[in-house]
Amino acid sequence: MDYIIPALPLLLEGAAVSLFITIIGMILGGILGVFAGLARLSQVKFIKLLGTIYVDFFRGTPLFVQIMLIYFGVPGLLNSLNQYWVTNYGEELLASTSMDPWVAAILSITLNSGAYIAEIFRGGVQSIEKGQMEAARSLGMTHGQAMRYVILPQAFKRVIPPMGNEFIMLLKETSLLSVIGFEELARKTQLEVARTFASFELWLTAAFIYLIMTFTFSRLVDMLERRLDTGD
Amino acid sequence: MIIEVKNLYKNFGKLEVLKDTSCSVKEQEVVVVIGPSGSGKSTFLRCINKLEEPTSGTITIDGYDITDPATDINYVRQEVGMVFQRFNLFPHKKVLENITLAPLKVRKSSSQESDKKALELLEKVGLSDKADAYPSQLSGGQQQRVAIARALAMEPKIMLFDEPTSALDPEMVGEVLAVMKQLAKEGMTMVVVTHEMGFAREVGDRVIFMDEGRLVEEGNPEQIFKNAQNERTQAFLSKIL
Ligand SMILES: Nc1ncnc2c1ncn2[C@@H]1O[C@H](COP(=O)(O)OP(=O)(O)OP(=O)(O)O)[C@@H](O)[C@H]1O
Ligand SMILES: [Mg+2]
Repeated sequence: MDYIIPALPLLLEGAAVSLFITIIGMILGGILGVFAGLARLSQVKFIKLLGTIYVDFFRGTPLFVQIMLIYFGVPGLLNSLNQYWVTNYGEELLASTSMDPWVAAILSITLNSGAYIAEIFRGGVQSIEKGQMEAARSLGMTHGQAMRYVILPQAFKRVIPPMGNEFIMLLKETSLLSVIGFEELARKTQLEVARTFASFELWLTAAFIYLIMTFTFSRLVDMLERRLDTGD
Repeated sequence: MIIEVKNLYKNFGKLEVLKDTSCSVKEQEVVVVIGPSGSGKSTFLRCINKLEEPTSGTITIDGYDITDPATDINYVRQEVGMVFQRFNLFPHKKVLENITLAPLKVRKSSSQESDKKALELLEKVGLSDKADAYPSQLSGGQQQRVAIARALAMEPKIMLFDEPTSALDPEMVGEVLAVMKQLAKEGMTMVVVTHEMGFAREVGDRVIFMDEGRLVEEGNPEQIFKNAQNERTQAFLSKIL
């Protein structure tokens, strides 16, 4: 207790950052995911391929590696490019090639969650019976109208539970951002432990804070699901 | 002729489902299509509103050649209502909204106009009290009657029915057939795939027997049921009558 109470404000501040970056990731990743999901559903081969490459890459590689690639790899690449420009043209191409941890955090979390959400979204659309599209088309609706008024409203309802899961997964995985010194809950805990050496107490506290957040959120999703449970 | 099908072929990959089928339907005619399972009845019907893309041949609906890629199929489909075996109502919308959706979004009707029309149609199919229910709260027979009302809301010239009573409990078949009979009496052009031979006899102007992707025999119900010429027709009828 002697170590926990004084550390709490810092840890809670970290928790707020974790929650915030998760929400940002879900919103931006949600937008990206809908587009990538639509791309995966597209009849146009090239668009479908782009969607598939994106989704496969970010689902098929560890988030840890993605974070490293974005935070260290991208500036490295930009730096080489700048060097090349200086040698050949005698001037700088970019003023700065360093990456802010916040930018790297938002980018990696968004790109990662976007890939998972794309698959959730695609699954939701594909889970709607074929007969729904056919009925809508037989009434004279265009493909777009049928998607908008018939398929998507039903699909959105079905993706709520997997989206809730994604939120919880993402919230936990944001702890990986500690490797780039991004001060979310895990990083704050690390720093406190380094200062006080109270490993067990502080990591246990961090675990509890994560647990409270994920538990509360899954209850909220359950409630939302029940509220929307009309019709089918 | 309001429907003209000429030399229609339809393949699914290597499987030839429709082979050189030709047929035409007059305005106000009720054509009943019968035949064994897998003979291509649904595929034939679905080609008529292009839910299936014909492999070759031409289909003309009310003067529009729908096999011509330049034809606006969404426009032609407004003239061709379809009723499915499994109803395919929109589960997230109330009964009234199921019926008004297409008039609102496709026809751009006003909401007063489309509500009024929908309520008239619900009365016609005997479901005035269900306007605010969700499809899942209705019996199968009621759902199918709503589906018929939904199709009629676009004021089609032709109605296609694909085994509209096959997914129903026996006690609900009658209520759906009654609505269909009423429609026929009012002069709707109808193409009906069904196993209800009583309906075919009573309402059909013409019966078409399909087997293995071909229109094997056709005639008025009397001819087909009492005096079929083709032995495959005879064999099929002896099994189901
Ligand atoms: N989308 C499809 N892809 C591949 N094969 C199909 C497809 N739709 C139908 N078929 C095949 O085409 C043949 C004819 O099917 P269709 O549904 O038209 O028959 P049907 O006469 O309506 O039969 P039923 O009385 O069982 O409804 C069947 O062999 C079926 O398996
Ligand atoms: Mg069929």
